Amino acid sequence: MQNDNLVEIEDAVFGYGARPVLKGINLTAKRGQVVAIMGSSGCGKTTLLRMIGGQIKPGQGTVRVAGESLGELDRAGLYRLRRKMGMLFQFGALFTDISVFDNVAFQLREHTDLPEDAIRDLVLMKLNAVGLRGAARLMPSELSGGMARRVALARAIALEPMLVMYDEPFAGLDPISLGVTGNLIRRLTDTLGLTSLVVTHDVQESLKIVDYVYFVSEGVIVAEGTADDIRASELPYVHQFVHGESDGPVPFHYPAPRYADDLRLGGLSV
Amino acid sequence: MNKTILDLWVGLFVIAGIVALLFLALKVGSMSTVNSSDSYEVVARFENIGGLKVRAPVKSAGVVVGRVADIRFDNEKYEAAVTLRLDKRYSFPKDTSAAIMTSGLLGEQYIGLEPGGDSEKLKDKDRILITQDAVVLENLIGQFLYGKAQEGAPK
Amino acid sequence: MFKQAIENLGNRTIQGVWRMGFAVRFFVAILLHSGTAFRRFGLTIREMYFTGVLSLIIILVSGLFVGMVLGLQGYETLQRYGSESALGTLVALSLVRELGPVLAGLLFASRAGSAITAEIGLMKATEQLSAMEMMAVDPIARVVAPRFWAGVVSMPLLAALFSALGIFGGYLVGVKLIGVDEGSFWSQMQGAVDFEQDILNGVIKSVVFGIAITAIALFEGYDAPPTAEGVSGATTRTVVTSSLAVLALDFVLTAFMFRGLN
Repeated sequence: MQNDNLVEIEDAVFGYGARPVLKGINLTAKRGQVVAIMGSSGCGKTTLLRMIGGQIKPGQGTVRVAGESLGELDRAGLYRLRRKMGMLFQFGALFTDISVFDNVAFQLREHTDLPEDAIRDLVLMKLNAVGLRGAARLMPSELSGGMARRVALARAIALEPMLVMYDEPFAGLDPISLGVTGNLIRRLTDTLGLTSLVVTHDVQESLKIVDYVYFVSEGVIVAEGTADDIRASELPYVHQFVHGESDGPVPFHYPAPRYADDLRLGGLSV
Repeated sequence: MNKTILDLWVGLFVIAGIVALLFLALKVGSMSTVNSSDSYEVVARFENIGGLKVRAPVKSAGVVVGRVADIRFDNEKYEAAVTLRLDKRYSFPKDTSAAIMTSGLLGEQYIGLEPGGDSEKLKDKDRILITQDAVVLENLIGQFLYGKAQEGAPK
Repeated sequence: MFKQAIENLGNRTIQGVWRMGFAVRFFVAILLHSGTAFRRFGLTIREMYFTGVLSLIIILVSGLFVGMVLGLQGYETLQRYGSESALGTLVALSLVRELGPVLAGLLFASRAGSAITAEIGLMKATEQLSAMEMMAVDPIARVVAPRFWAGVVSMPLLAALFSALGIFGGYLVGVKLIGVDEGSFWSQMQGAVDFEQDILNGVIKSVVFGIAITAIALFEGYDAPPTAEGVSGATTRTVVTSSLAVLALDFVLTAFMFRGLN
């Protein structure tokens, strides 16, 4: 059955040890869309991505990608499915001991028997798509942060995946690189017909390019909707997040005893 | 790093390592562990072998002709049965005698073979009949002191 | 107070056992996933450059100097008993049986072992291993196993080079400098050093050390916390643990090989 939803998560629960991170997540991503998962730092977004990639298994609930339940797949099945997924790590995670060209060629060499000529053409095409064909011979250490992320993107789409996941693609980029990366995600999604899942806390940049947004807070989805829905949302949490207010439902202060008590003012008698 | 240069270096490294191993095997050590295909074994019995050890050299006229392969205690005759593994290139008459000797005053012990005059040669699994035990230094000193005491005793 | 101490001990024991179990599983996983390291031998050759070739200089120079010192000291001691002709035997036996494998092992642990740990630890910290896994490539097969086999092959070659250079150093000092008779230097050596008993056992030792050092280095790197302190701590632990492992294993192997505990 060709399902319209590429990724389906139902009631997923996960915790590291006794600390629950995800407390029942429901999420779907339609084919051909750019879906953003937003939330403040440490709310479990990256955990969610790792779960979709099959690196961790949900404690309860199901995670289905392309109709296959990740929890039930064996290792070989998982690896087969992963060949159809690409993942962009926060800082690119390029292999630092090989050149840009070899980084992009890595999966082609590992998973296909293509002759070196064909690999060369494919790699240059992918690099051209991210605008870095000229940097093919450089080593990853010679790239700027934004360039490294674009190379990593070229590497992630090398095998023409159906799903690409981005872990904080906008973190630590200058405004120009920010716009370039945002546009690239949108354009690649449309031209290659893939589905993009973007984990980010950069609201303004991502709202320009996404089709649908999920807001995660403390392990549950607190809001969802299209970019316009989110901008117009009156939910206090979303409002605080979109407008970057420092205090609100997400308090400025980490939970602590009363300030006066901490400074031992209560114990002083005058 | 260029792949061919890298391969070249690793190749050189492996060759150097193997040359070093060969140097150790051929120049430093002697491949003298005579293997069983080109050697034969004879047995010699001793009442006392002193400090003789397995793998001690067997020499004749000062030349190493084999090694001690095995030392066992014969529980019927209360003797030591020493198996000598000799190089096939050397053959000895049947009435050859074996003696346990010491190189230098305190050196390691070895077995010396003294060829006899028999026209028949020793074969595999033969036994050397004439043997001479190890000289045990303590016994020697004991005898010497005993002799001195005898001399000094009043007639 | 007392209860706290016992709890601490229990906690540490559990942690230790857990880590041991993880280490054993890791080692088994390396062996099970070694197919790639042999099928694509280029990967292993590449790692042999980093573990073997780059350790050559320190091994060769140290070997030469250790041999020269052995020559000097050995001569000093032996000539008191008038047996300086046994210098070759002394130098060769010490090197082939003990100093070659052990010193080469210690140098290998600090040169190659620490480099392996740091590299794997940094690959983990920068998510390169995760990225590889997400690309459906098993990091154990692709990254860990080739390094393991490269270390296991390199170590005996390095130990042999160490011993050979050391004997050459002893020869330089003993024969060329001091003037021990060249003929008796070599012939006494050959008379006393046995291929099976001494040289082969030395090679076996170095192979065992190679396995231990490389496995420890890989494990520490793979297990390192993905932070700067985590990686540097793991690198230190590699050198300390594998050096101790070399010395302890050396004692056990020597007891079995040369004391006739068979």
